[in-house]
Amino acid sequence: MITRARVLEALATVRDPELDEPITSLGFVGSCVVTDGGDVDVHLRLPTPQCAPNFAFLMAADARAAVRTVPGVGKVGVVLDDHYTAAEINAAIGAGGGFAAAFPGEGSGDLEALRELFRRKALLARQGRVCAMLLEGGELDHAAVAGLRVADLPDHPEVARSLALRRELGLPCQRDAPGLVAGDGSPIPAGDLAMWLRRARLVGLSLESNGGLCRSLLRVRHGVPDPTEEVAA
Amino acid sequence: MYEKNGEKYFVLDSHLHFWDASPENWAKGNEQYAKGWIECFHAYQGLGPPDTHWSLEHFQKYSVEDFEKDVFTDGYVDKAIFQSTYLREWYTNGFNDIRQNAALLDRFPGKLIVNGRWDPREGDAGLAQLAADHEQYGLQGVKLYTAEWRQGSRGWTLADPEARRFLEKCEELGIKNIHVHKGPTIWPLDKDAFDVKDVDIAATSHPELNFIVEHVGLPRIEDFCFMATQEPNVYAGLSVVVGGLMHARPRFFAKVMGELLFWVGEDKMLFGSDYAIWEPRWQIEGLVDWDYPDDTFSDFPRWTTAAKKKVLGLNAARLYGVEVPEELQLDAGEGTPAAPDDAQLVEGAA
Repeated sequence: MITRARVLEALATVRDPELDEPITSLGFVGSCVVTDGGDVDVHLRLPTPQCAPNFAFLMAADARAAVRTVPGVGKVGVVLDDHYTAAEINAAIGAGGGFAAAFPGEGSGDLEALRELFRRKALLARQGRVCAMLLEGGELDHAAVAGLRVADLPDHPEVARSLALRRELGLPCQRDAPGLVAGDGSPIPAGDLAMWLRRARLVGLSLESNGGLCRSLLRVRHGVPDPTEEVAA
Repeated sequence: MYEKNGEKYFVLDSHLHFWDASPENWAKGNEQYAKGWIECFHAYQGLGPPDTHWSLEHFQKYSVEDFEKDVFTDGYVDKAIFQSTYLREWYTNGFNDIRQNAALLDRFPGKLIVNGRWDPREGDAGLAQLAADHEQYGLQGVKLYTAEWRQGSRGWTLADPEARRFLEKCEELGIKNIHVHKGPTIWPLDKDAFDVKDVDIAATSHPELNFIVEHVGLPRIEDFCFMATQEPNVYAGLSVVVGGLMHARPRFFAKVMGELLFWVGEDKMLFGSDYAIWEPRWQIEGLVDWDYPDDTFSDFPRWTTAAKKKVLGLNAARLYGVEVPEELQLDAGEGTPAAPDDAQLVEGAA
């Protein structure tokens, strides 16, 4: 029988395209109801009614697709609450339509290019954290880190997610591929590593601070507890 | 003027408002947007210290006396720049248009600078209005809100051909300071909504103009930083950076400050309170007291007394030709504020 826990598990595979974090841990799933008959009703809520419609659409569409993969699932309803384009998005998602169907004349294509851009940013940020981790002990210098292969990388969630992103982006990720790669899949030259790391850290900060703002606003608007809050406001 | 530990700081608040978002001013048929807008701002105020929070009713509309107390009496501000924001589709008389703002000029002589605005979608009539506003108010700057809705359009970009005419008009009239708000929801909706690429294009084509990116493209500061290292006439407007992060997320704030000081540099960062979202007082006190929390930040530039003086007022004073009393200027050997060529210092680092 289909359970709520199983549905939430499926929803946890859906990520905010920008933050590269599961919508479940971000607090974006407002409610999730599963009937005895296996019908599922999910409500999503975002930090502000003005969140970018493109990201809102991607998350709602991905959520519906993820729930539909749960074996034995009945009717699936995914509703975005309290957003300035909620009506358009909900109508298109309900009918299984794409972004262009939600906003005829207001977009010029599908959202895959946007998704790819943010996958690339997420990859750079996560590889930067892996690189900082490798340099931390002081045992490895820049040349040693730049020379590592995938097989040499430690068993760590950041590494696993980096490799998953590389796979999704079609970048090399086999065991003998470079441990850290540039956007075209080539290795990072040892001499460029310091500046590459600065860039990666900045991109990582951008993604993190966005996530931080989202959580703060969710707490203020919906009373969602924020585990990363630094100071109680 | 703010004084702490014997140091005196000239404070030029480069970004504040005197708005009316009370229900009486909500445009018929668009009430939900007018209401949503101000409630969104009010939620942002929640990111400041609790003793600076206002009731929603007070936040919707505050008096001239409130403004004077919060900004000049308690707020240390020597001079302030109004950034006019129209939003006439949502607010009948505008959110804070140039007339509303200019009405305060006589009340506080020598304390206020009023910036205008333009919108390329208004065409020739908009160009004429800009010239008229300039004649009446002697504009030195404008605030551009590229995400503003107008007659079914959800926004525009600085790279649009129509926008070029307005930028050329600014050059011709000597309106040198172009403040650009970079926020969400811009057309077309499927594109990256916070894109700052259009500022890059405009800054390259108009080297005589200064482009101050308000809110530094937050949350996408990386795109802004990479651009600012390459464009000597691009500046960082710190409104929202200080108000939204310094109290609520001190660690994030430290990282953001460190990155801005590294990529953009202390000569090109301008303090702005974004009042009435946040009161200036706690932001100014906090900025002067602020330092990196620990030695994991050792590879970022230091937040020196000279840097504080530049960011709090001297950089903006230079861009706006504001005279600063001798005793509030930098001491010999502390450098010069807001020098475009200083971008060279970090350019090699990009």
